[in-house]
Amino acid sequence: MSAATASTAVVPGMESGHYRSSKLPDVKLMMWVFLASDIMFFGTLIGTYLVYKGRSLTGPYPVDVLDVPLTTVSTFVLLMSSFLMVLALHALRQDDIAKFRLWTFGVAFFGAIFLGFQVYEFAHFVDLGLTLQGNLFGTTFYVLTGTHGVHVTIGVIWLLSILVHSYVKPWTSKDDVYLEVAGLYWHFVDIVWIVIFTIIYLVEFV
Amino acid sequence: MAVSKVTIPAPTPDSMPTAGLFTRPTWTTGIGSWLTTVDHKRLGLLYIGASLMFLAFASIEAFLIRLQLAAPGNTLLSPDVYNQMFTMHGVTMVFLAIMPLGIGFANYFVPLQIGARDLAFPRLNAFGFWVYFFGAVFLYSSFFLGGAPDAGWFAYAPLTSLSNNPGNGTDFYMIGLLVGGIGTLVTAMNLIVTIVSMRAPGMTMMRVPVFTWMILVTAFLIIFAFPPLTIALLQVIFDRTFGTLFYVPEGGGMPILWQHLFWIFGHPEVYIIVLPAFGVISEVIPTFSRKPLFGYPVVILSGIFIGFMGFAVWSHHMFTTGLGPVVNTAFALTSFVIGIPTGIKIFNWLGTIWGGKVRFATPMLYAIAFLVTFTLGGITGIMLAVPPFDAQAQDSYFVVAHFHFAMGGGALLAFFAGLYYWFPKMTGKLLDERLGKTAFWLNVVGFYLIFVPMHVVGLIGMPRRTQTYAEGIGFELPNLLSTAGTFVMGVGLTLLLINIVHGFLRGKPAGNDPWDARTLEWAVSSPPPHHNFDSQPVVNDRDALWVQKYPESVHGERVPASASEPYDAVGIHMPGQSWYPFFMGLALMVFSYALLYHNFWVVGISVAMIFFFTYAWALEGVGGHHLPAGPRTADQSRKEGHA
Amino acid sequence: MHVRRWLQRGLAIAVSVPLIAACEFSGPQSALDPSGPVAQAQKDLFVWTLWLSVPVMVGVFGVLVYVLLRFRAKNAEDESSIPHQTHGNFKLEIAWTIIPVILVILIAVPTVRTIFATEQRVEAGPDDLAVHATGYQWWFKFDYLDHGFTTANELIIPVGTRVVVSLDSADVLHSFWVPSLAGKRDMIPNNDNQVWFVADEPGTYYGQCAELCLGAHAYMRFRVIAMERADYDGWIASFQNAAAQPVSADPMVERGRVLVAQKGCVACHTIDGYAAGTEVGNPDFPSLTNFGLRTTVGAAIADNTPENLAAWLRDPQAMKPGNYMPTLWSADDPSREEEIEAIVAYLLSLGRDGLASGQLTLGGVHGGQ
Repeated sequence: MSAATASTAVVPGMESGHYRSSKLPDVKLMMWVFLASDIMFFGTLIGTYLVYKGRSLTGPYPVDVLDVPLTTVSTFVLLMSSFLMVLALHALRQDDIAKFRLWTFGVAFFGAIFLGFQVYEFAHFVDLGLTLQGNLFGTTFYVLTGTHGVHVTIGVIWLLSILVHSYVKPWTSKDDVYLEVAGLYWHFVDIVWIVIFTIIYLVEFV
Repeated sequence: MAVSKVTIPAPTPDSMPTAGLFTRPTWTTGIGSWLTTVDHKRLGLLYIGASLMFLAFASIEAFLIRLQLAAPGNTLLSPDVYNQMFTMHGVTMVFLAIMPLGIGFANYFVPLQIGARDLAFPRLNAFGFWVYFFGAVFLYSSFFLGGAPDAGWFAYAPLTSLSNNPGNGTDFYMIGLLVGGIGTLVTAMNLIVTIVSMRAPGMTMMRVPVFTWMILVTAFLIIFAFPPLTIALLQVIFDRTFGTLFYVPEGGGMPILWQHLFWIFGHPEVYIIVLPAFGVISEVIPTFSRKPLFGYPVVILSGIFIGFMGFAVWSHHMFTTGLGPVVNTAFALTSFVIGIPTGIKIFNWLGTIWGGKVRFATPMLYAIAFLVTFTLGGITGIMLAVPPFDAQAQDSYFVVAHFHFAMGGGALLAFFAGLYYWFPKMTGKLLDERLGKTAFWLNVVGFYLIFVPMHVVGLIGMPRRTQTYAEGIGFELPNLLSTAGTFVMGVGLTLLLINIVHGFLRGKPAGNDPWDARTLEWAVSSPPPHHNFDSQPVVNDRDALWVQKYPESVHGERVPASASEPYDAVGIHMPGQSWYPFFMGLALMVFSYALLYHNFWVVGISVAMIFFFTYAWALEGVGGHHLPAGPRTADQSRKEGHA
Repeated sequence: MHVRRWLQRGLAIAVSVPLIAACEFSGPQSALDPSGPVAQAQKDLFVWTLWLSVPVMVGVFGVLVYVLLRFRAKNAEDESSIPHQTHGNFKLEIAWTIIPVILVILIAVPTVRTIFATEQRVEAGPDDLAVHATGYQWWFKFDYLDHGFTTANELIIPVGTRVVVSLDSADVLHSFWVPSLAGKRDMIPNNDNQVWFVADEPGTYYGQCAELCLGAHAYMRFRVIAMERADYDGWIASFQNAAAQPVSADPMVERGRVLVAQKGCVACHTIDGYAAGTEVGNPDFPSLTNFGLRTTVGAAIADNTPENLAAWLRDPQAMKPGNYMPTLWSADDPSREEEIEAIVAYLLSLGRDGLASGQLTLGGVHGGQ
């Protein structure tokens, strides 16, 4: 019993048993949809930060602790990592596996450097008296940047997993979509950082 | 069609098992097959079964509430227990019963309606169910572990702060919804990818059945609405666990922020509940009027418009919080506007019945009851959108009446219609019509008896969420009537459950298409074979099945059916079962308890488990097995192991 | 059975009408029984939307009944016939989009007008009565800002004067709702909300907390009592002079006065004039100044009679489960009844300038109950 309605023409894609009504690969569409929801996550956290901006009852206040030059360096490192991500994807698409592995490692490495800066910054702020419980700035700052840091950490682990996996089971240009979705995630995390950096750091000193 | 030539080999996994960890389970019967299933049909049944169970729990909670309120000064439930009852009634109905019922129907019927074999990510689908299920178990265990949440289903700060609410109940609420929300989110994403990417050849978006369209809009609502809730929950968890100041007034925190974030989620949530219900009605009414949906593009467009506007009205829940006349005006206007597309849908449903041939089977009775009840709920909604009147009605029983009419009489009645409509397809058996109609009348009369008096008692001054009320100012009679109504509806609901059980065990065979319906799910056997369609359907029209059955009833040129039928040349690839969605759900439940009890070692262990299962899931490989293409008899289908 | 569908459907709706009619709409806490311009405007808007909903209901339900009757399948053969497969009608879609838009505009215009007439923030002027209301679990504190005293659970106001109530909460969310006079406004910590209203006539108007505050939320009520100017001025004066009021010569009252110190009452409850020149009481607990004038006990959950007051003192948890008032006597304490009688006598003497209880008159209860 078949449900086919008319048509003697075989639709392209049907013969492989893998017809799709969209040209986007499933995992890529999935990643875009996930990122759309992640925008709302960060939007809510950033919104909370903005609502409470300037409302701390006690210090330390942003001008007391934020070190823009230092954080500019770490921001630059993160931006560079996105550039390396582009290189990695390009290399994989050219089947240049050695370069793909090198640049993928580079992205993870730069991400780890960014995280190192974050850890240093958090520890330093705590020394200066900024804690989660101390005032609204501490509460909102640590939770917002901490959530971002968790996202970066997951990205670093993901990329290193890809790297290790590429030694266990060789990757070719046919697998590029799996690196591409990691790249989309990474770029998203980078863009979110640009927004956070602007709203928390740059705005204080303009 | 020569059916005897196809030989059916036993299903074997394609992927090379690299270790015991990565061998995909292959049970088709027994409990193992249910714990490891990735079949959207089985998962749909699991969702629906779990939802009905939680509906029963929520009904018991409601019944206890009404017994307490039957007379003033009752001491059946103390204030503390009473607060837990109405909180859990609301949380259960919204998060554990009605929303998952819609998702269950979506899971079962979206692939069938669009001519696909499963969702885009079958294991993720299973994961979504198990997270919901374990999240619900976690939430209900609160009754035995120190008390259920008691701050209302919307848990306003600072009622949920550690100092105001030191018990575990609030933590169960925050963590339970946080983790359970993950399941909802991933299922929504899965549905979006499925509907966008896996429609049958020829099925353009404007040929997609309305139910599937409404699920698509719902899925987008979910992915944009749940994150604000997740963050708000996280913020309260941080306040309670780590001492942050998000909602702590002494530290400068603003409780009203919680209200904003909750309702930015909460208002879209009611559309997440009701849009699938609109979709069900848009299938049932055309089928039982034997006419296509009137104004299909307009109904779709109004659904999309409602989706967008749903994000623009949230502060109508906050008219009494002192936002000021300008803000109140803005949200009043947007709330008026959102009523318009809903009205348009109702008119189009009426237009569908007009000129048709109406059959009053039980699904249609529920659909008609929905039309009346939801219209009334919509009217009281417009009244509540008027801030000066809302200043009187907010937090009174008038609001309780409104949302029960809209969500109970609306979504619930529509889902009952869906249950009666689709039960034959899911089980291959018919429900008893006489029992169905008896239960219907008891449910509807009982419903009106419960909720109509609430409009009155709210207007004469009875606030909601109160464990008792003053004597002698007119509250007694309406409350007594409402309580009486619960007995009537209780019998109705019981009969409905009996009908379902009886139908499972002894229902008459339904056949493929007992209602002479219009969409693709009715083209396959009841229940459908494991692989849904013997060959990839190709469609040229909306209501593809109807056009195939009655081509002469449709206007315009039609391509004549051809003699040969295209089959997938390389056979049908079915996704493989897996343990990891189940284990991930379990790990998340362990994580939840660990976080609740502040045992950060176990938190760490559960996070490690989650990492481990993630890798195992990723490295499990594609899995699955192939079935040969071609027609098969019902017997052969059964051997292949359908749900 | 099938043919009677419309009749039985209509039955469910028809059942609603007597259900609604059977219920009382008036009452001291009723939004449909307004006694002031704010509540009146709010009710008028409701009535207007109710009228506009009538054509909607008639239209939708009328068409529904019609189509179910006219187009029902009459027999098995009819059930399998196929009607004309109409897909839609563009003109109809336009029409039934425009009509709802018109209805919305008809609702929106008076709505916006009323919002700005009733919800604008105002500055309390010299002709207004300014009161600061603070929500506590589970009682209402009222500070009379211009007159310099504090009372609890009873708001005495002059007829015809605008009352401007600034709202705050000392703990969780509460809501100030006195339906006969105005819609509610929430009491939110750190939010500085405000509600204003006018009472047109003398009377007692019931209020209740309308935001879940856990515990004894259901028992957190209050009264607004509107008085003619002369009576109101007298009431204000009695509060301002509370410290100087003569204590009754009745020995029972004197015994009660001693006991409220012994039992620890004045550690929490302020009583102006209790002990001249001393600071007693805690502002975070209900003031008992002039308690003899108050019409209710326990935040308006019972009338202020000697019996009810005694019951409250005997077992406050039984009357208001979960509240913070301790039980002062164990059940087998032999001096309990005598001490309670004395304290009741003392408390009811407060504010009566030596008048015996029972000689009190305040405005009649609103709503004719």
